[in-house]
Order: sequence, then C-alpha cells, then structure tokens
Amino acid sequence: MTTVTRPAADDPSGRGAAFHSPEVVGELTVVEPLIFEASHPGRRAVRFPAASDAATSAAAGQPSIPAEQQRHSAPRLPEVSELDLLRHFNRLSHLNHAIDLGFYPLGSCTMKYNPKVNEWAARLPGLAESHPLDPDALAQGSLELEWLLAELLKEISGFPALSLQPAAGAHGELTGLLMARAYHRSRGEGSTRTKVLVPDSAHGTNPATATMVGFTAVTIPSNDRGGIDLAALRAALGSDTAALMITNPSTLGIFEDQIDQVLAAVKGAGAIAYMDGANLNAILGRFRPGEAGFDVMHFNLHKTFSTPHGGGGPGAGPVGVSARLAPFLPGPLPILAEGDPETVKRNAWHGRSTPGARFALEDADARPSAIGRVRSFTGNFGMFVRAYAYIRSNGGAGLREVSDDAVLAANYLRVRLAGSFDVPYDRVCKHEVVLSGRRQKREHGVSTLDMAKAILDHRIHPPTIYFPLIVEEAMMVEPTETESLETLDRFVELMLGIATLAETAPEELKQAPRTTPVGRLDEATAARRPDLRWRRMVEADPSP
Amino acid sequence: MAYSPHTDADRERMLSAVGVTSIDDLFADIPASVRATRFEVPPPLTEQEVRAELMRLAGRNALPRISFLGAGAYRHLVPSVVGEVIGRSEFSTSYTPYQPEVSQGTLQSIYEFQSLICELTGMEVASASHYDGATATAEAALMACRLTHRDRIAVSSAVNPQVRRVVETYCSGPGIEVVIVPADLRPGGSGLTGPDAAAQVLDAGFACLVAQQPNFFGGIEPMRELADAAHAVGAQLVAVVEPTSLALLEAPGDYGADIVAAEGQPLGIPLSYGGPYVGLMAARMESVRQMPGRLVGATSDARGRKGYVLTLQAREQHIRREKAASNICTNQALCALAATTYLTAVGPAGLREVADLSMIQARHLAAAIEAAGLGKRRFSAPYFAEVAVQLPDAARRHALLAQQGIVAGLLLEFEYPELGDTVLLAATELTRDEEIDAFVAALGATP
Repeated sequence: MTTVTRPAADDPSGRGAAFHSPEVVGELTVVEPLIFEASHPGRRAVRFPAASDAATSAAAGQPSIPAEQQRHSAPRLPEVSELDLLRHFNRLSHLNHAIDLGFYPLGSCTMKYNPKVNEWAARLPGLAESHPLDPDALAQGSLELEWLLAELLKEISGFPALSLQPAAGAHGELTGLLMARAYHRSRGEGSTRTKVLVPDSAHGTNPATATMVGFTAVTIPSNDRGGIDLAALRAALGSDTAALMITNPSTLGIFEDQIDQVLAAVKGAGAIAYMDGANLNAILGRFRPGEAGFDVMHFNLHKTFSTPHGGGGPGAGPVGVSARLAPFLPGPLPILAEGDPETVKRNAWHGRSTPGARFALEDADARPSAIGRVRSFTGNFGMFVRAYAYIRSNGGAGLREVSDDAVLAANYLRVRLAGSFDVPYDRVCKHEVVLSGRRQKREHGVSTLDMAKAILDHRIHPPTIYFPLIVEEAMMVEPTETESLETLDRFVELMLGIATLAETAPEELKQAPRTTPVGRLDEATAARRPDLRWRRMVEADPSP
Repeated sequence: MAYSPHTDADRERMLSAVGVTSIDDLFADIPASVRATRFEVPPPLTEQEVRAELMRLAGRNALPRISFLGAGAYRHLVPSVVGEVIGRSEFSTSYTPYQPEVSQGTLQSIYEFQSLICELTGMEVASASHYDGATATAEAALMACRLTHRDRIAVSSAVNPQVRRVVETYCSGPGIEVVIVPADLRPGGSGLTGPDAAAQVLDAGFACLVAQQPNFFGGIEPMRELADAAHAVGAQLVAVVEPTSLALLEAPGDYGADIVAAEGQPLGIPLSYGGPYVGLMAARMESVRQMPGRLVGATSDARGRKGYVLTLQAREQHIRREKAASNICTNQALCALAATTYLTAVGPAGLREVADLSMIQARHLAAAIEAAGLGKRRFSAPYFAEVAVQLPDAARRHALLAQQGIVAGLLLEFEYPELGDTVLLAATELTRDEEIDAFVAALGATP
C-alpha cells in the first residue's frame, strides 16, 4: 500500500498543489472534479470480446426483445481511460482520513487496525469465486469456514446457537427483535408483549429497530453513575414488555455493574434480554453474555473482529441466541451433516481437514418456526473470512489481551484528560471514555464541534461527538488496543493543547479546520436545497 | 495479541498512571456471579499458519469448471482496476463520513455513485446503498407503505424467491400483508406477470406492486402495463432490476417505476459465496424524505470550495430514533465504490457489450440444448440472460454433472413445485462457446 500524506490544497510548501489542482467551476473552487466532468465521448477503460459468429447465429433463432421494451439512449456513464479513472479515485482517496493514515478514536466504532492477512484471505480465488448457490458438495470449504466461525463466536459469547446471516449491527438488532416477537407469539403473548425498553444512552438504532418490528420503544433513564436506573427499569417491566435492549458496556463506556439484577428482573417479567454487542471489544474472555443469561446478542464483526469499515460498510452482524430462541433463528444455517463436531474442531484448530466430515446448509423446512430470511444467501461471507482469520491469529489468549489493552488504553486517556475536560461519569471505564466539553462551552464559548474541527488539523480523527445524547457536549473517545503509547500520548498533548487554546484563543478554534481539503461545509444549505446527483450542464436537457 | 504495540513496560506505565496494580482491577465491576467461566478459543497462529489454514479451507471448495448458475448472483469480469481502487486503505479503513472535512474522498465517490445509479435507472434520487438487493427491495416496499399510508403489498411470484422471503420477513414486523400475484408458469406459458393477474389482486388498499425486470426466469416483463395496473389503484410500482440489463432495457424511470431496487453484485463485486454485495435503491425526488439510508449532497465551505456532506439526516435513526425511516446505519459503502469504479471503467459502451454478450450467450446456450434435442425452453416470452429449460430427470442429472464439475444452473422445483425437471440457466460475458459445447456434450452423455 502506498504511503500517503494529505497536504491541503493551500499547503504553504506548495506541495498541496501537486496533489490537488483546484479549478474554478462557476463560483466554486473544485478540489477534484466529478468523474462525469472528465468524460470524453469515445474514451474507455475496459473492452469485451465480440460474440462469435456461431453464438450470434445460434442466438438469432430465439425470441428477441421488442423494440418498445429496449432502451433508446444509453445511460450517461462517464467515458474515461483507465489511467484517468485510477488517478481520479486515487486523488479522491487522498482526501480521506483512515486508520491506515492516523489515529481514529471514533467512539462506539472500534476503529482498530485491520490486519492485511485478512484481506489476502478474503481474495483467495477458492473463496472469492465461490457461488452462493453452488451445490453443497462443491462448497465444502465455504460451509466449513462458516460453521467454524459460528462455533468460535458461540464460544466467545456463550450462546448455544447462532446465525451469521445479518449484514450489519442494526440488521442483527432487527433479527433479534423479530425473534423476540416470534418467541412471544409462540407462547400466545404476541399481542400483549408490545413494548421494548431501551436505556436513554442507547444507539439510535435500538429504538428505530423496535419501531421497524412493530414494537413501541420505551425509554429508561440512566442513574447518576451511568448505569441503568434499576428502579425505573423494574417499574417499567411488566406483562406488556417484549424485551429489554441494553448495550453493555454502555455507550458511556461503563460496564453495567448491576447486570445480574437487570437480567433477573427482565427474566422475572418474562421478557427477552437483548444485548447490543457493539462494545464487545471491551469484554472478550471476561464476560460472556449468553452464559450470563442474555437471550440474544448481535456481534459487529467490523468492530471487534477487525473487518475494515469501508467508508461506511460492509459490516456483518451475526446474532447469538439462547436455547429458547434457537428455533427462530433465520436460516438456512450451515450445519455439520456428518462427522463429530469436537473432532472436526480439534482437527481444524490444528489446520487439518476431517476425513468423512460433510457440511451442508440445513433444509428449508428444518426449523418451521424460523423468522424467515433477513437477507439473500448466508450473509457477508467475505467478512466471515476476515473475522475467522482474525480470531485464529489472536487465539483465545490474544483476544483476551485485545480487551485488556483496549480497556487499559481508554482508562489511560481518561485519567490523563480528566483535569482538562469534564468526565461526567469518572469511574473505571471499559473500551471508551466519554468526555464533556461543557466547561469549555460555558466558560469560553468553545463548543465540542469547534474542538473536534481543531483536531482535524492534526491528522487525527476526532472522537464521536454529541453522542450519547445524555451527555452535554459529549466527546466519546475509543482508542482501541492497537494504538501505541506514543500515539496515545500525542493525542493527550493535542487535547490538552486544545483545552488551553479554548481558554486563551477561543476564536482560533472557531476557524478550524484550516489544513483540510475543504473547511466547514454548509450543511444547512445542503439540506434545504438538496443536490444529490450530477446533472449534465445542458440547458435544453429535459431529463430530471 | 497478534497486533499489539504494547510492551510490558508500556502496560506498566499505563497501569500506574491509572492508579491500579493489575488489569484485573479494571474489570472488578463485572459482578462475580456473571463472569466468564470459560473461553476455549484455540491458541494463536502466526501469519504463515493462518495462511495455511485459509488455504486449506479455500482448497476444500471445488470451484466448478463450467457453471451456468445465476439466480441472483452472477459471475462477471471484475476489472483489475476495481480491485485496485477498493483495495486502497484510505477508502477501506475509513468509516461513515461523520467529519466531512476529512472524508471528501468517500463522500464525493458516494455522490458519484448516486449519480450513476440515477443515470442507469432513469430515476431522480438514489440512496448511498443497502445491504443487498433483497433488503433494498424490502425497504422499498416499506417505503411505499409509508408514502401511501397503506399496509398491503402485492409481489409477483416471478420475483426472486429469496428476495420475496426477505420482503415477507421485513413486512412481518409492522404487520404488512404480502399478497402474491401469480405469474403464468403453465407449460408453454409466458413465464411473465400478467397485468390482468396484477389488476385482479390490486385494490385501493395496496401500497405497491413489486415486479422484477428481467424476472427470476429471465423473462422480459410488461413493466409499463404493470405500472399502469399499480397506478390505477393509487399504488406504487417497485421495480426490482438487474443493473447490467439496463444498458439494453428501458429505464425504470421511463416505464413509470416509483421505486427501483436492485442487487448491485454484477457491477464489479465478486461472488464471494453470497456477500458482501450492495443493494441499490432509487426513487422520485418527491419521495426522498421517506427514503431509507444515507444520502450525500453537494454544498460548499465558507471559502467557496465545493464539498460533499451527509444530508437530509432528519430521516435517520441517529437523529430520529424511534421515528426514523429505517434502522439502517452501516451500509455497503466499499461495495458501492466497487460499483462506481466498475461503471466508470466499462462506460456506456462496455456495459452494453456486457449486456449484449450475456444475452447472446444465454440464447446460444438455450438454442444449443434445443438443437441437440436435450431439453426445451419452459416459457415462451423473450428473455435477457437467464432462461428456464426443461430437462428430463433434471435433479439426478444435475447431481451427476456436478460430480464432473459442471453446474447445470439452479433446479427450480424446490422453490416452484410446479416447475419440476426445470433448470434456470444463466450466461454472462464470461460464458465461452467451448463451455456451452462441453456442457451440451456432457448433458448428452448423462442420460
């Protein structure tokens, strides 16, 4: 991979001009023109062979598509050479911050290093060219990998059953709540259990998922220690409760130290206990949600298990479940159709195939209570390959150390930053710490947004800001386990410097960022006058 | 840990700064009664050992030497330049562009993606991607329900069965009724969704009609008439399309589609045993505020520099929580970048070549089977690049051919009991004449 620095267009050294050649289009300066604007009719990158005469004449006897169902003008795709294409996207890539360029402590997103051997593995032709509907006999490798990964995730989470199908965390939430509802229906309580309890610190996906499944989301307040208010929870629980969705550790980065009582209360009310596994990176080897008594949890393979975030995806959101929810898992599940599971695993852990073992996708009618499919095929397989490689690289001891180091790094940042920023819940945290910029806001008129923009000028991605909603001027810092102490110290120095600037030169922070390819963008106008696509600049063009 | 930067001295320094003596102290808040009692994950492996293990698994797949399998996932050329672009870690190791000043690469490429999908579909607005074609279709159906304030939808039986299953699952949440419009699957029938059959099902209680073009059997549906049937009762037409076919077939925006959903895998994304792929969605501008998923818009900074931001976020879960249009958060951005790069690489001429060549080879394949007297087309209608063919004793011969590394498409009887002894065969630009010849010979030799 090329090492890239990201000079701004107006970098004083002049070096920026070599990367970006800003041009003026209309009234605006453009850092990199749209690919459409580089189009020249007749240019192209990729060519395809012509059909043979034999093929063409054989095809001629088949029914042809009526003219009125054909397209009359070609779609206006760009016409560029391969080199022009590559330069365009490479130049665009230079405008991004990324883990591979610098520190990315974006809370709740677990922006850890994405190991390169995982990428190598996902591109192996034997895996990348496997068709999802290939007969099971031809897809034994894909099926074994899925089965082994499911076994590992079950061991890690303590759940007895699991589906890999959901494509992302929120998709896993949808799957989990659909299963909760199917469970209640199977007991004749489908029409009465209509409420899903969600702490006020939860990700927005939790209440949004509840609505999508036809439940009503009920917000439960947090207590003054950053945990769930147990009395409020107990008061809200009842015969109309379908489920509690709780993120643990919470979005405040705090482990729910009354989790045993929370689980007892939820179980006592006959409700389903859902754990949002977004923050699993904090508790590997320490807390297994299934063993502790949760009914269902989604994993985010793109967080804890290091699959690249891809500028917004793809992720993968497998769900683990308790025995009572297993009949409802979306299928088909990969199964070991012939062979002893323990022998197969033991062999695989030693890099050996098991003679006589046969893997398969379960039959469509294997579990009649299943909620149905939540996506095509068996899931984001390419992510499974990466997650499997990651788990095997680390092993059990390594995974435990992942969480240990992630938690240690977050606590280190907490104590080093506590003097300069408010820490609303100043107690031992897990993988992330939530700071508040309320002091800077109140005393110096500097907002968390201003400070985040100032961080951008130092080739570090800012923390997640203004979340969780219950913390005023929130900054959610998740360093992960893969950042060196030097990186953590540099971040501390930067943050302390920003705190000092807030006191001494607040106006300077309001001007930030100065060195990025563009400055603060006018989001209000973007929303008021949506410009969501390129349009050909021809007055007479009648198309939308 | 395999990727740890920390020495014991580093850890000691951090522990002492935190004021604890051991890491365990940082986990003391986990109640004793619920701590993990086991964690039996196998020991760590070195890179060469991990490679050997993944090579073992990859080697356990027996990739077919000849395959006509499609049915929702297609083997197309992935131009080398696509892998080069999405392999750049500035794209792959960034996340959702919450800080636009340092995410212009991702944001502009999504804006280009949205523009390309609009050009391809003839629609006015496209979202920044969904998990796959099936979930995009399900979200489109829910969107139609919000737009029309109705709670029933009609789906053609000629829509990909996996897509229908996902639509049913999503609709079961809010209790939306799904009614099937039967396509004409009789022997010698058209294999299409009849506008009359649609009209018979539809009434003013329906939010939308979901139809697929080309349909699951490759047939060219009368989309204009289906749109009319939907619009006659105030329902929307949700068109499920195959993106390479749009080089050749009428654009959905031109035949009256209200929402378009598609599986984007054919656009430069490897088969990879089913994922990650990318769901495409496009609609009319008047519907944008009910559209699920991220949207990127153009704007400018204070110095007059053009830039791109996530916009219209008041639809989304992180702002609206339980009132959001969808719970979608993470999408398939890197796969959308692959599609963007692919469409740019092939351009209008290349996409047309892909469509033409795929269609010609599907016809070549069907004609060769018919000419050899080995089988016949099940349906009469014109088709694109996929065709249903009746083969005597299909299941047994399909299994025998698989043993020779030949996949004779998809057996349809599992999803369509009325289509016994019928296989769905797909061709693409990668289908070679020699493969068709070898398949016909092998089929003839497998009575």
